Amino acid sequence: MIPAAFDYVRAGSVEEAVSALAEHGDDAKLLAGGHSLLPMMKLRLASPAVLVDVTRIPDAAYVRVEGDAVAIGALTRHCDLMTSDVLAAEAPLLPLVAGFVGDPQIRHRGTLGGSLAHADPAGDLPAAALASDATLVAQGPGGRREIPVADFFAGYFETALAPDEMLVEVRVPRTGAAKVAYEKFTRRSHDWAIVGVATVAGRVALTNVGPAPMRADATEAALASGASIEDAAALAAEGTSPVSDMHGDSAYRQHLTRVLTRRALSAVA
Amino acid sequence: MQVSITVNGTARTDDVPPRLLLAHYLRDTCGLPATNIGCDTTSCGACTVLLDGESVKSCTVLAVQADGRAVTTLEGLAGTADQLEDGMHPVQAAFRAEHGLQCGFCTPGMVMATTALLAENPNPDEQAVRTALEGNICRCTGYHNIVRSVLRAAEALR
Amino acid sequence: MAEVATQTRGSILGTRVARIEDPAFLTRGATYTDDVVDDRLAGALRATFVRSPIAHARITSIDTSDALAADGVVAVLTAADLAGVPETQAPPMPFLPAPMAQPLLAKDVVRFVGEPVAVVLTDDAYQGEDAAELVAVDYDPLPVVVDVRASLAGEVLLFPEHGSNVAFANGAPSSDDTFAGCEVVVRREIVNQRVAPAPLEVRACAAAWGEDGRLTLWLSNQGAQGAKAALAGALGCEPQQVRVITPDVGGGFGAKVGADTDHVVVAAAARQVGRPVRWIETRSENLLAMTHGRAQVQTVTIGGRRDGTIEAYRLEIVQDAGAYVQFGAVLPMLTSLMAPGVYAIPTVETSFSSVVTNTTPVAAYRGAGRPEATAAIERAVDLFAAEIGLDPVDVRVRNLRPAFTEPLTTQTGATYDTGDYPAALQKVLAAADYPALRREQAARRERGDARQLGIGLSVYVEITGAGAESGPPSENAQVEVHPDGSATVLTGTSPHGQGHATAWAMLASEELGIPIERITVQWGDTDLIPEGGGTMGSRSLQQGGAAVTQAARELVELAKQRAADVLEVDPADLVLDRAGARLTVAGAPGSGVTFAALAESEPLLVRSVFSAPGPTFPFGAHVAVAEVDVETGKAELRRLVALDDAGTVLNPLLAEGQRHGGLAQGAAQALVEEVLYDPDGNPMTTTFADYPIVTMTELPSFELVASETPTTYNPLGAKGLGEAGTIGATPAVQNAVIDAVAHLGVRHIDMPTTSYRVWTAINEASEG
Repeated sequence: MIPAAFDYVRAGSVEEAVSALAEHGDDAKLLAGGHSLLPMMKLRLASPAVLVDVTRIPDAAYVRVEGDAVAIGALTRHCDLMTSDVLAAEAPLLPLVAGFVGDPQIRHRGTLGGSLAHADPAGDLPAAALASDATLVAQGPGGRREIPVADFFAGYFETALAPDEMLVEVRVPRTGAAKVAYEKFTRRSHDWAIVGVATVAGRVALTNVGPAPMRADATEAALASGASIEDAAALAAEGTSPVSDMHGDSAYRQHLTRVLTRRALSAVA
Repeated sequence: MQVSITVNGTARTDDVPPRLLLAHYLRDTCGLPATNIGCDTTSCGACTVLLDGESVKSCTVLAVQADGRAVTTLEGLAGTADQLEDGMHPVQAAFRAEHGLQCGFCTPGMVMATTALLAENPNPDEQAVRTALEGNICRCTGYHNIVRSVLRAAEALR
Repeated sequence: MAEVATQTRGSILGTRVARIEDPAFLTRGATYTDDVVDDRLAGALRATFVRSPIAHARITSIDTSDALAADGVVAVLTAADLAGVPETQAPPMPFLPAPMAQPLLAKDVVRFVGEPVAVVLTDDAYQGEDAAELVAVDYDPLPVVVDVRASLAGEVLLFPEHGSNVAFANGAPSSDDTFAGCEVVVRREIVNQRVAPAPLEVRACAAAWGEDGRLTLWLSNQGAQGAKAALAGALGCEPQQVRVITPDVGGGFGAKVGADTDHVVVAAAARQVGRPVRWIETRSENLLAMTHGRAQVQTVTIGGRRDGTIEAYRLEIVQDAGAYVQFGAVLPMLTSLMAPGVYAIPTVETSFSSVVTNTTPVAAYRGAGRPEATAAIERAVDLFAAEIGLDPVDVRVRNLRPAFTEPLTTQTGATYDTGDYPAALQKVLAAADYPALRREQAARRERGDARQLGIGLSVYVEITGAGAESGPPSENAQVEVHPDGSATVLTGTSPHGQGHATAWAMLASEELGIPIERITVQWGDTDLIPEGGGTMGSRSLQQGGAAVTQAARELVELAKQRAADVLEVDPADLVLDRAGARLTVAGAPGSGVTFAALAESEPLLVRSVFSAPGPTFPFGAHVAVAEVDVETGKAELRRLVALDDAGTVLNPLLAEGQRHGGLAQGAAQALVEEVLYDPDGNPMTTTFADYPIVTMTELPSFELVASETPTTYNPLGAKGLGEAGTIGATPAVQNAVIDAVAHLGVRHIDMPTTSYRVWTAINEASEG
């Protein structure tokens, strides 16, 4: 299968990418690793008129310590997250979860920024960013702004990014080599998550139990007030609204949410 | 759009439409048919090639994204080997010795994914092999002999 | 290389010879249909099909004008446009209802999502996908029937002119008398789900018509000769007008047999526009429109005594044939034939109905009718064992047929050639250490572990090499020695991964002494090899291989006649000197003549047809070990110990490879794979992201137990092996998953045993 024809623009800077977005509006899509976008285009589920390739922007892929946070360039690939010494030492949830995305070939192409901006409810990295309490940095025609991750995921494949904004950086609070866990439940190992649970530092974030990744607020509150893992995990499905499909109905996914939350919390206890 | 890509060690320049998939560029523009296309969704791995030494699925990479980069396909693999066995790269030779291929359709992608795996992890155990090649589907072998092939290749390359 | 050296020491048969074909496959890739470069295909157009997006609808109009105006479009053909083809198509078997044959392109009504409605011919493939989107088809939806029981009820008819959705039926109505004397009777519906063969190379062909009015069709297929006959019939031309060439083929699994309507349309379109046309489908098209497999709803009834003796068994089948009749409509004949499997059950009854539904047509998939039989009886035996509280091993041991070396006829009329089922079971139980597994299982149950252990068994017998509808199973081969000492083997079989280039060379080498490297095996060109049965039904070695051996032996006899003249001796005094690939006078090794020399004056070749007395019946036993996470329902296969006895093994390396592949496909059906439709007939598994082809991470390495019980039906002692693994593994793995949660009250879980299904079964058992 082959994408419909499009114009290809290669951005040499974030400014160029943003101005291309501003010029073409909804007709344009940013192209990073392309591993979510190109398959949709091949299936003709998406037919953007313009692709703005941001992978040639210099210095857009990096991992470095900046004060209390680790700053990660949006073009940093999954495989680079996995092998980053800085992340291993300061924010180990992201590299752990990156290793669950797709397969090695996909991780050689896919980027952190692309995964977050795509906002697939079944994607792994959105929950990791949520559990990490990350701050997302977006750049638009008016300059940069910071978006707390709690405000970023707006719904099914929707984010707080304006149409002419590009996600340029993800800032993750430093936790040191904290205990982290990601319980991903799949049909086959490299499939999309049926349900996923990420946890670090007392925060718990859930994959694919609603239109957007979400925190398990009730579980976190119970933990904070001294509840046992068993009791806290039993609350994990509160507020979730998982879909019913061929992999299971909503009740099954909520059950999985509780079981996986218990296992994730036990793993970091 | 004009692209300059080094394919199996030879630099070439071609004018390509932006939507041309790297897999089709290799097969049709470069005349290198070993790279097979087995699905539309980045699922099967038959089209795996090396892009600057890393495994990628060439059905989900645009030729324009490979501009300025180096691509290695099955046809060029032996040319990258320090030592050949029966005229083959050690990974290729291992697949033959262990009967790691039947119909051969997944084989080019499987061999290239193996090559990338062993560059990143020269000493994988069986579980590591299975995890690393989870993005490559084979419908014939049941994977048993592919795993044996990869372990044998790892030994040969050490 | 060690394996080559063996042939100078002794027989090459039974040795692990690495494949001759591999160096090319591994260094430049095989040449599949879409890779073929040929002058006759210069300037070929690309075909792109427009397919129905609706499961059942009347076509009210087709507007091709926008598509015709698009870049690179040469023609858009609908059923009304397609010239020179018969008005109607014939069903694949004459006894199937004529109205249920699939038209080349849908005429007035579409009956499944994916049915071809039009074909677009363009200069290149990219233009084809663009233009196909511009063909505007108006559909008036009709009521849809997806479920086979609903189809049987017949409220919605796919072919009103036929008056029923039943394409084919057989067997007497059931009678309760059959089970009247039984102490225990268990009855259960079992779904043997629809799966996709999904060879990694999708369907492809390339058609070129010569100035002589002959078609040359390059085709990814399991048998060029059968495809040629089908194509000629569908095109309405004489068979001699068609030449089919099968290049390297990237897997078939039963679904690349004969010719599909898509192939016929490509050939007809090439004739119509006067240019060669190439076609390769997408994976989505492959999952929509290549035939599917299995798709049976079975009702098993099993009865007997509380001591474990099975006295009666009944298998009732509703076969989903899909929207049009293909081989799938007759699959239950094979299922019925093999219904009693390895057991000496006094009374066995079978009946079936094949019905059409608004789904992709069903045909053969690895095992084709036999895995369904084994799955039914092996599940039924476990259900019976559970009901009476006996170990499944004990029930099997009590009811297995004893070993036999002379053909016997079963309750359903099959004639089994040779077999030793009790030995197979005992060997595989020993290899798996069955008692230790049961102890481990008991310990986990005792501890209440989240991950419980399940042990699944199957003992199977299957039918291979069943051959043509009439006459004994047979195959031809030609062996020729050339003056340079090399040899060529022509075969009517058609490898697509099985390794005939190596295996047939071994057989010829054994008889002639010519090294395998100097023997070229050719197949899959109907001008070169007009007759042949192709490779399907696990027939190749036992018939095609036997034909090679027979031809090579006859060639030696022919050479002896000639050598006798040359050497002026009696032919009877000549002996074969394998090391020298020559004939020498007995007692005088210095005097002799090579085959090569004998080929100088006139061609030295023999074509021979081998006929077997009948099909053969390989058998085996499998033990599967599964872990089931009882909290999530996730089932994982930990071990698969398999004994597959297919008689004498020619090349263990290749034989093991066939078994591995079969085991994986069996495990895949048991664990994950299923083609799904929604109630409106919309397919839900149309990409490899949705259809879960089993990957490396779901499978363990396999543990193979060797066993060779030769058949007397061919000189090689070989039975078929290609499908055996699938037949044994599917119920063994399913039984293992169920066994893991049996202590929670679960008796049955349909395949695939997905997490959700397992979890649901546990819940229902605890509520029940």
